[in-house]
Amino acid sequence: MADEKQNGKGGLIGVLEKVKGDTKDLKNRALDEIQSYKDVDKTQLYKSVFRVKHDESQRSRALGILTNVFLHLHPAKINRDAVRYSYTWGMGGISFYLFVVLTFTGVLLMFYYHPTKGQAYRDIMYLEADVPFGTLLRNMHRWAAHLMVITVWLHMFRVFLTGSYKKPREFNWVVGVVLMLLTLLLSFTGYLLPDDQLGFWAVTVGTTMAMNTPLLGYAGPFGAQLGMNQFNDVRFALLGGSIVDANALLRSYIWHCIGIPILISIFMAVHFWRVRKDGGISGPSPVMLESEIKELKRGAVVAPMKSGGR
Amino acid sequence: MDWHQIWDIVSTPDNIPIVALFFLVPFYTWYAFRQGRANDRLIAQLEADPEAAKTHHRKTLPFKEGWTREVHVWPYLLRIEFLAAIIVTVILMVWSITLNAPLEEPANPNLTMNPAKAPWYFLGLQEMLVYFDPWMAGVVLPSLILVGLAAIPFMDENPLGSGYYTLKQRKWSITAFCFGFMVLWLAMIFIGTFIRGPGWMWFWPGQTWDHSRVIFEVNRDLPDLFHITSAWGKGIFGAVVVAAYYGIAGWLLHKVIARKGFNQRIYKRMSMLQYLIMQFFLITMLLLPLKMIIRHAFRIKYIWITPWFNI
Repeated sequence: MADEKQNGKGGLIGVLEKVKGDTKDLKNRALDEIQSYKDVDKTQLYKSVFRVKHDESQRSRALGILTNVFLHLHPAKINRDAVRYSYTWGMGGISFYLFVVLTFTGVLLMFYYHPTKGQAYRDIMYLEADVPFGTLLRNMHRWAAHLMVITVWLHMFRVFLTGSYKKPREFNWVVGVVLMLLTLLLSFTGYLLPDDQLGFWAVTVGTTMAMNTPLLGYAGPFGAQLGMNQFNDVRFALLGGSIVDANALLRSYIWHCIGIPILISIFMAVHFWRVRKDGGISGPSPVMLESEIKELKRGAVVAPMKSGGR
Repeated sequence: MDWHQIWDIVSTPDNIPIVALFFLVPFYTWYAFRQGRANDRLIAQLEADPEAAKTHHRKTLPFKEGWTREVHVWPYLLRIEFLAAIIVTVILMVWSITLNAPLEEPANPNLTMNPAKAPWYFLGLQEMLVYFDPWMAGVVLPSLILVGLAAIPFMDENPLGSGYYTLKQRKWSITAFCFGFMVLWLAMIFIGTFIRGPGWMWFWPGQTWDHSRVIFEVNRDLPDLFHITSAWGKGIFGAVVVAAYYGIAGWLLHKVIARKGFNQRIYKRMSMLQYLIMQFFLITMLLLPLKMIIRHAFRIKYIWITPWFNI
């Protein structure tokens, strides 16, 4: 009995001691763990997201670029002179950044906009008067679009002046021309969307051109002879009608927000891919001398012209 | 001098890009040409001294023996990109806070805007409408601009000047491109923005846009000057004149292109197809200034008149 009693008492004390001991252990463990979380980059969560170390070793710097989906379009290393602003003017990159800004502000604008006659104009009024930062949002979208047209032109100008379209980059220049066209079309399709006088008459002028397309427009050369009329020509296809009205607004909206952005994204992907595959950006490369031109070896397909000038 | 009118045009928010281009294009042209001239000096120096050419690093940029050829993208490129993004964002923010995007009256098909202008980047095409019919100015010529631009790498057989700025090694192509970009494209946009007023009439900067102005302008067609009246006669006459233009302009261009030593060397590298396509685009490019001259100097509207189209 005494034994039992002792046991009982000892049991209670033992349990208490044990709990105390366990608590201390738990506390120490928790403290240890908290301590270990201070090394954030050692946690499983962190390592699952970032798979390389971010120290200053050569390897980590390279992997930081190569294992990041947003950065991996870059090579790990580039020519030391290629980072110079004087060579690239940064216009291609800025154009892309502006496209991102436009996508971002564009999506926000879409929340407030109905592409329907009557409602569209009111939406803009509402956006400017009632939506917090609505005016700023619309202004940014418009000015970024204008700026993108400018930067795309200057990019093209720079690429021409540095002869960067020459072998092996010919095809990427062609892709670039398509991108420039798509940039202009994106801007133009957005012009009608506020449904105001400015957009309406600009698009009226613009689609009058389509009406005059040779062969495919009813007012163009040989259009009438090919059976084109107001209701089946290329202008009708663009406007979804014979006048700039509700259907034109909807079509313009779809092209502006879905059609052309998808197309331009595809061409951009090819453009950036080809920059890498064609050997990175073209320079600044060492100058070449006239005396170093290698004479062309032509295949049987193309015969060089024999006679010199005159 | 109507300063108010000038200010009205310049300060229209949608015209800001054109005003900006007024400064940006000259600046970047100067920036590029300066580097081109520096490279040209280096090239001349190396051409004169073949021994130095073998060992020289061949750039006008700072250079030290021990420098690595490549640098890491992180941080040397990414920090520039990040900085550029921040600067562009700041510019956009300031621009967007200070200037509001235009919003006119609601669209009204019964009330024509005068002048009804296309977006600024298409004003060059709208200006071309003065000299060509819509099917040419609005469809054929823009398509040719795009195709011509895309064809540049396939026509330019000059292997020099790839990856560096130069003027001397690429005189011909740079002249042609700058002429197209600055004179035929940007200057047309400037005219469309700053000069053209109501009724798309010509108003000098500082002249008040008079909405009731009437211009007594009688345009003639080229066949009229030769008293050709029959439709057949006009059609055939026009075709002959246009063909003659392409022939003569091509011949003159050929003289210029293939005259000098270096140009001749490049010319010999070109295939017949390349050369003919290049000639076609160059001559077509010159069609615009030519039509501008005969329109303004001789009041001639059409050269070639057929029942289906007029040029």
